[in-house]
Amino acid sequence: MKTVQFREALREAMSEEMRADENIFLLGEEVAEYNGAYKVSQGMLDEFGEKRVIDTPIAELGFTGIAVGAAMNGLRPIVEFMTWNFAILAADQIINEAAKILQMSGGQIGCPIVFRGGNGTAGQLGATHSQSFEAFYAHVPGLKVITPSNPYDAKGLLKAAIRDNDPVVFLESEKMYGDKGEIPEGEYIIPIGVADVKRAGTDVTLVSFGKIIKECHAAADELAKEGISAEIIDLRTIRPIDYPAVVESVKKTNRCVVVEESWPLASIASEIAYHLQNYAFDHLDAPVKRVMQSDTPFPFSPSLMAEALPNPARIIAAVKSVMYK
Amino acid sequence: MATKTAAKKPSKAAKTTRKSKASKFSKATYIKWYTDMLLIRKFEEKISQLYIQQKFGGFLHVYIGQEAIAVGTVSGSQKGDKHITAYRDHGHPIALGSDPRVLAAELYGKSTGCSKGKGGSMHFFDVERGFMGGHGIVGAQIPMGAGIAFAEQYKGTKNVCFCSFGDGAARQGALHETFNMAMNWNLPCVFIIENNNYAMGTSVERTTNVTDMSQIGASYDMPSFIVDGMSPEAVHEAIEEAADRARKGNGPTLLDIRTYRYKGHSMSDPQKYRTKEEVADWQAKDPIDHCLKVIKDNKWLTEKKITEIQDWVKKEVAESIKFAEDSPLPTPDELYKDVYKEEYPFIKEYLA
Repeated sequence: MKTVQFREALREAMSEEMRADENIFLLGEEVAEYNGAYKVSQGMLDEFGEKRVIDTPIAELGFTGIAVGAAMNGLRPIVEFMTWNFAILAADQIINEAAKILQMSGGQIGCPIVFRGGNGTAGQLGATHSQSFEAFYAHVPGLKVITPSNPYDAKGLLKAAIRDNDPVVFLESEKMYGDKGEIPEGEYIIPIGVADVKRAGTDVTLVSFGKIIKECHAAADELAKEGISAEIIDLRTIRPIDYPAVVESVKKTNRCVVVEESWPLASIASEIAYHLQNYAFDHLDAPVKRVMQSDTPFPFSPSLMAEALPNPARIIAAVKSVMYK
Repeated sequence: MATKTAAKKPSKAAKTTRKSKASKFSKATYIKWYTDMLLIRKFEEKISQLYIQQKFGGFLHVYIGQEAIAVGTVSGSQKGDKHITAYRDHGHPIALGSDPRVLAAELYGKSTGCSKGKGGSMHFFDVERGFMGGHGIVGAQIPMGAGIAFAEQYKGTKNVCFCSFGDGAARQGALHETFNMAMNWNLPCVFIIENNNYAMGTSVERTTNVTDMSQIGASYDMPSFIVDGMSPEAVHEAIEEAADRARKGNGPTLLDIRTYRYKGHSMSDPQKYRTKEEVADWQAKDPIDHCLKVIKDNKWLTEKKITEIQDWVKKEVAESIKFAEDSPLPTPDELYKDVYKEEYPFIKEYLA
């Protein structure tokens, strides 16, 4: 094992796959000469050259469309968005084209492509730079959606995403790129669609994903001091969701709190709650609770930011509520 | 020949290169153009009738009047080249040799359709013949076409992508982003404005101060030409020249091909935005009539042979409709097929 930063894990995944397959290339704003806005692609231009590591103008819709066209014609692009907030400009190509071309062409044209970049809040960046896109993209049949929470998962899942023959939305975080974690020296793959039990427990199931899962760990540590054993399930993949993993955990704990760094309406938490009432109704000892980001555009001021985000105190309160304590 | 944009002030009526005698194009080419254009037109006239009779649903946008662009583009292109266009997409696959039977079946949503009944009129595909689709989102195919060309360049082929869109689509921001990158990256793409002067019911004059659309390319130093879209000869020459530029590694070209759709934008268009005289003026330049005249003037075919072609077209159309009507609808299990490459739904037991 070795210790790497999240950004290095992503870089290893891309570089290993690019060494193995000539048809894979990376494009996006500042990915080449600048070595990546967040240094994910550092050194890749030197290794792979300008044919395969391509700086684009600031034209999200255009370069995403070019990448989609290239994927339709035999290549396997990786598109880096500086943040997913900017990818809203490219949503036509992701949602209307990449996600639908296989079906609308009656299976004639596939779109093996990875769209990746920073997602969610990242400090005091204001409302337009602080959105999470899991629920947006998970809504769309034809896409797969992945949100890793640590370097190990990031590398294994990104490799799986690059090898996948369908379009994959890969959601990272500016706040996680510097996170360190252990990964194996050799190659490994983590299959898409498989959740991971990050912490085993018996009293309550915390379901979460992405960087906000750190708040679940902090809450679980506090709860343990009070004798409450929380199980943490990291969904890792948001489409397809590993429903069985969640349902089986809740059958054991009988209680569930979903923690999500996004708005409440039509959220992944709502989706999890629906499936639990449908498939674990008789096992639930309390209604499913959720701890969400405030139902507001994300604020700038530190005091309001603290108010808006899920935190250990709010998670603990939700856990105590489902335990009637 | 196509006129260079920079040469003169924008011309309203494009120049013509029609030659009824001593043409550089062969007898075989004219017969092929005539036959293919006639097939496109008769196919669309028939499906328009059937649509009005509600034999099939969806939107229907016909190409009638614009046929010279499809056949001139195909005759000026090579095997291995790719073609992509918008939702007015019946002409290109027919010109490329797709069987009209599978196209008709697609209109009817039948499993034998070119897209297995999953695309409909706006989403024809025939990858085997290089037809990368009809696309329903106006202008979305502009960056995709450049991306298809990008892949050809990346793989080191000499193939070109012909990317067609209307004068309406040319107002999308995606065009400008794409033109910039296509020039910057020297992509082997020929951008074709099928300029029929109307974005649905809104004329070019009403949407811009720069009515000479070939000028759009000038912002990006893209070689740009105005072409007579009622002349398959002019289209063929412009396409061949642009494709040759791309194949030699000299990047994209913009062709502002002036054409006209005789019918409405879609079947529900009352056409109050134009006069009957304007339509008649363009119909007087009809490319099918023109090709037939060249054939007759050169005595390349006897009246009997011409009638045989016309009868063959009639029979093809009739057989296509019969094939479509006799074909089965997709079975319910097709619903979840072709959504992903792998089996779907992913987790059946938890399907909502």
